[in-house]
Amino acid sequence: MRRKLTLTQQDALIGFLLILPSLIIIVGISLQPIISTVYLSLFELSRGVTSEQTFVGLGNYAALLTDPVFWVTISRTLYFTIVSVGLELLLGLAIAQLIHTHPPGWQFLRTSLIIPWAVPTIVNGTMWRWIYNADYGALNGLLLQLGLIDKYIPWLTQPNTAMNLVILADIWHSVPFIALILQAALATLPTDLDEAASVDGANALQRFVFIRLPLLRPAILVALVIRTVEAFRVFDIIYVITNGGPAFGTVTISFLTYLESFSFGHVGRGSALAFLISIFTLIMAFIYIRILYRPVER
Amino acid sequence: MRTTAKILTLAFVLVLLISAMGCQPSQAGPVTIHVLTMEQAGPTVDEMNAIVDEFNKANPTIKVEIEYVSYDALHDKITTAMAAKPPAYDVFLVDDIWYAEFAKAGYILDVTDRITKDMRDKIFPASWDITTVGGKVFGMPWLLDEKYFYYNEKLLNDAGFTAPPKTWDEMVDQAKVIKQKGIVEYPVVWSWGQYEAAICDWVTLLYGNGGRLVDDAGKPVFNDATGVKTLNWMIQTIKDGITNPASVSYVEEDVRNVFSQGKAVFATNWVYMYDLANFNKEQSQVTGQVKMALMPAFAGSGVQSATINGSMGFSVAATSPNKDAAWKYIEFLTSEDVQNRYSAHLLPIWQTSFQGANLEKLKGYTPANATTVPMFSEQFPFAHVRPKVAYYLEASKALQLALQEALTGKKSAQQALDEAAAKWVELAK
Repeated sequence: MRRKLTLTQQDALIGFLLILPSLIIIVGISLQPIISTVYLSLFELSRGVTSEQTFVGLGNYAALLTDPVFWVTISRTLYFTIVSVGLELLLGLAIAQLIHTHPPGWQFLRTSLIIPWAVPTIVNGTMWRWIYNADYGALNGLLLQLGLIDKYIPWLTQPNTAMNLVILADIWHSVPFIALILQAALATLPTDLDEAASVDGANALQRFVFIRLPLLRPAILVALVIRTVEAFRVFDIIYVITNGGPAFGTVTISFLTYLESFSFGHVGRGSALAFLISIFTLIMAFIYIRILYRPVER
Repeated sequence: MRTTAKILTLAFVLVLLISAMGCQPSQAGPVTIHVLTMEQAGPTVDEMNAIVDEFNKANPTIKVEIEYVSYDALHDKITTAMAAKPPAYDVFLVDDIWYAEFAKAGYILDVTDRITKDMRDKIFPASWDITTVGGKVFGMPWLLDEKYFYYNEKLLNDAGFTAPPKTWDEMVDQAKVIKQKGIVEYPVVWSWGQYEAAICDWVTLLYGNGGRLVDDAGKPVFNDATGVKTLNWMIQTIKDGITNPASVSYVEEDVRNVFSQGKAVFATNWVYMYDLANFNKEQSQVTGQVKMALMPAFAGSGVQSATINGSMGFSVAATSPNKDAAWKYIEFLTSEDVQNRYSAHLLPIWQTSFQGANLEKLKGYTPANATTVPMFSEQFPFAHVRPKVAYYLEASKALQLALQEALTGKKSAQQALDEAAAKWVELAK
């Protein structure tokens, strides 16, 4: 049976051997948990992962999809995702453009942008929890000294306000990420188109909207996909700032999954939720790619 | 092809070997006991580590390794750790509201036979209730705590009052004067955030009004007239500007910070706040002004005082391979001697420590003990436990939601409590 491998086969073999370690790691770390999550989601576990498992098929999914709490939570999560990613993109684009024009001190600006992004989310959450504190928080102190309010406001005590404040904390954390990606992309754009348009009489805004923006599309796509997926799964910043309160006003889909799986011990239901989150994120990524991933015309 | 197969097999065997090595416990040396506890209200990490060192020195065949997490992470860390075999921890700290759940899930060892007559007689009977489920003992009581009524004596005197309120109604009257005189903006601060803390304050007020969470049959009754009246009273104190409106987002640490800044005259909190607010100059601006009093109740309710029992115990993991060694450590940690010597931030579970000459010794241990030890004895008979049910955390979340919906004006007190009660009934099925 001994036969010589063709050169292509040899290359393929070496290639396979080289990726084998990472393949094992990916299968072990990503694929296996996904498979066991799907498996667990087909069972009902009364309380805790060691409790008796009853096979319920797609029962957990059916129960979730007909539960109003699930849909309220999804819409709340979508609100968080759309508002935070939308504002982050606008602000990120503005900052990237600002840095691109190289104002005095732009290098310092670019470096200091890293700081909010480098702060771990859990630290960021703790920091904002203190800033928002009604009795000794920096936000009330600032607004009072500026004369914008005449007495301290109890932030985080109304569901809608709390949600918007959590979004603000998330924006502060994530704008640098988008700004840096877009700034890097801007720096690599060819300048000849810009110059040509300028000669033809296009103003700065027209050049930005019709020339640079289309060229930036791949970079925007990357930033959007990453940030949307992250925002949709938001958990730690909410856990720290509001713990889902007040009155469940900041409970997002990941927070609900955490409550169901770990606090309440409904492991089957929690697994179904976790898998639904994966499906939702996949759909979103797919839509983005369809809309934005078109070849750039030069 | 054969070379490929060989390389693949070799790689596969290697991977198997490496993963097998990870599972192989080392047999040499002393037995290691992994302990999970919390770093929060209670003894400090230094104190807990010192107890571990003492135990390890006295028991060369056992080696205790201790880990700390925050209270909020403790329950979920235990439930995840118990999914592994053998479990990641042999001994862990269990809050009284988790005992039913853990006992039912088979996480914790039935230690009824290990409790000696000496322990039974000398330890507070109320603390055995914490670790007993269905007549069986599932752990050693360790931390006995309850919420106390705190007041700032200086600010109260400034308002012209010489004694703390005996009823909640009296507190409202005093608070109105305090507010009117501009001594503080909001006289009372509570922990009504969407956490277990909200339930603790709610139980204190509800039972202080003659109400109950559940009746003798375990059926929820907190949505009766008394429950609704109590919740409406809470809402009214916010409307009147007596309760700090931020209470709806606060936990105990926020309460301590606000109170320690002299921004509140009245507060409820666990025992640990006394030492920190009254003696710790770095963390408090009101040192020397802090006093404790019996928790008030509502006038006309027939109740003298009511508070929440927030006690915890140590249990052995049911699947631990070293149950005896684990129990030995728990026995040491909760022994009368160790508890007396380390009583600065938690009071002993031993009644005998509070009797005769022992009492004077206990009171002299730290400056705080002189106040907290007698206060404990006075308040503890009025402490109420939360229901011992396996679905407690889910039931509690539903009740937290109801309280918050009413406090933020999303629903009426009656409607919110009715919905929570319906959820409790559904969970009990």
